[in-house]
Amino acid sequence: MNLVTFSGPPSSGKTSVILKTISASKDRGLKIGVVKFDALVTDDDLLYEKAGVPVRKGLSGALCPDHYFVSNIEEVTEWGKGEGLDLLITESAGLCNRCSPYIKDIKAICVLDNLSGINTPKKIGPMLKMADIAVITKGDIVSQAEREVFASRVNTVNPGAVVMHVNGLNGQGAFELSTLLYDKKDDVDTLKGKKLRFSMPAALCSYCLGETRIGESYQMGNVRKIDMNGDKK
Amino acid sequence: MKNGKGLKNRKLSRILEDYPFLPSFFKDNLIGIDGKGNLTITELLNSIDEEEIEDKALDVENFHQSISEYIDQMLEFLGEEENKGVSKLTIIPGRDKLGNDEKFDSIEIGKSEIISIVGPTGSGKSRLLADIEWTAQADTPTMRKILVNDEIPDKKWRFSSSNKLVAQLSQNMNFVMDLTVSEFLELHAKSRMVVDEESVIKKIIEEANKLAGEKFDTDTPVTSLSGGQSRALMIADTAILSSSPIVLIDEIENAGIDRKKALQLLVGEEKIVLMATHDPLLALMGDKRIVINNGGIKKIITTTDKERKILTDLEKMDMVIQGMRKKLRYGEVLTEKDLNGGRNA
Repeated sequence: MNLVTFSGPPSSGKTSVILKTISASKDRGLKIGVVKFDALVTDDDLLYEKAGVPVRKGLSGALCPDHYFVSNIEEVTEWGKGEGLDLLITESAGLCNRCSPYIKDIKAICVLDNLSGINTPKKIGPMLKMADIAVITKGDIVSQAEREVFASRVNTVNPGAVVMHVNGLNGQGAFELSTLLYDKKDDVDTLKGKKLRFSMPAALCSYCLGETRIGESYQMGNVRKIDMNGDKK
Repeated sequence: MKNGKGLKNRKLSRILEDYPFLPSFFKDNLIGIDGKGNLTITELLNSIDEEEIEDKALDVENFHQSISEYIDQMLEFLGEEENKGVSKLTIIPGRDKLGNDEKFDSIEIGKSEIISIVGPTGSGKSRLLADIEWTAQADTPTMRKILVNDEIPDKKWRFSSSNKLVAQLSQNMNFVMDLTVSEFLELHAKSRMVVDEESVIKKIIEEANKLAGEKFDTDTPVTSLSGGQSRALMIADTAILSSSPIVLIDEIENAGIDRKKALQLLVGEEKIVLMATHDPLLALMGDKRIVINNGGIKKIITTTDKERKILTDLEKMDMVIQGMRKKLRYGEVLTEKDLNGGRNA
């Protein structure tokens, strides 16, 4: 089974891109399933179900979504194998711009949208920088110039990535993306022993453990302060 | 990696001299280089402390590879400016949605040619475009093949972020950036590494103003331009500043913009123009029409002399309507005379 991880900021079009890509690769006779990771609630699993795609969802709730992802990915892979999938896609939202849910030797795709503004690529960090493929969506509603500028900014942050434009509404580009997703030789049996491409965002302070009161005396552990008197940076 | 070699141990100031496009690379990768010209790249990376690396999620490990890939891409990109790639595009038939062979020999499209694409919604117009953009080699659902300059194209067209084969202009496109017209064009020119920014920007604004019904200033925010002005700016910018040799147009609204001049501008800049439209004024401006139905190309019609004559009449009718539009805009009252383009019947 192949495993591919999709991530990207909320509302960038991950689900639409995945759905269009799955539908574009129908003719190849692959069995494709999806596991959707989200924070509080998601209805996207219904969209996958409607499209006849085997799906499971995981909600991280009060936990860091990235940490939740990595602590579950092995079981998720087992599920995919049990379902007899040829290709398992995980979809997870990058919620804090420091998310980095990619695994070494597992194909990683970052979905970004043209509407998010040209400074977004540099703000996103490892989620874009470490991706193998950067998919840019919503190109049908911005000007050619903005598309070119946005793509060049993505390229500056991750020169090694393949940059693709996919339209989540009419599926333009989805077939092309689908040809890059599955490769028999990329089959994985287990994730045991594999490593993340980049360390995950760290935190361990009193607020992680449920503290709600505000004030220095309640803060313990990994705490950092803004330098209010320093130079403007 | 051709040019990446030996970078590690060269001084930053020298590297920046050789590759003047690098500052934005450092900036977008959140690595400060001010006052660090005397350091080599390795020293520069070593000078960043652990905490900063962690805070900014810097990827120091892969930085050398990343920067040399970037340099190679930019040099290739800049080199290509000189020999403008595509002079001929050939479409070799495949099959329609039902698997029937497309019945045409092949379509050859040259620089400065305008091809109209007609067919009902969902007939496969965007698939045709996608085939061209992907330079299909019988590896898409239509099994079509696309040749560029009579050859099977380099795969780089598929994956290059800066050298896309097709630029697109459509009805739904809007500007979303919070910039003035001149700031916006400057940004685009910078991303395209244009040498003489100022004159290119001036030219785009001039041309856009020729297309737009109402002129606009360079310090107008792009988001406050009217529909016609936006369209005019997008077309002028695509014609003059976009790297893509092929332009696909999905209808141009018949308001506030001189569509004939717009096409002439694109063709004058040696673009290959493909235009999906059902507006007779536009469709007849094409040299040929590709008729699409059920996912396949059904036939190719060369615009006849009779049709060209009809086009001349249509243009007159259009002038009448445009003239009335203008009068209404300036608060005038229409008379029957206006029906004859201002002349007495």
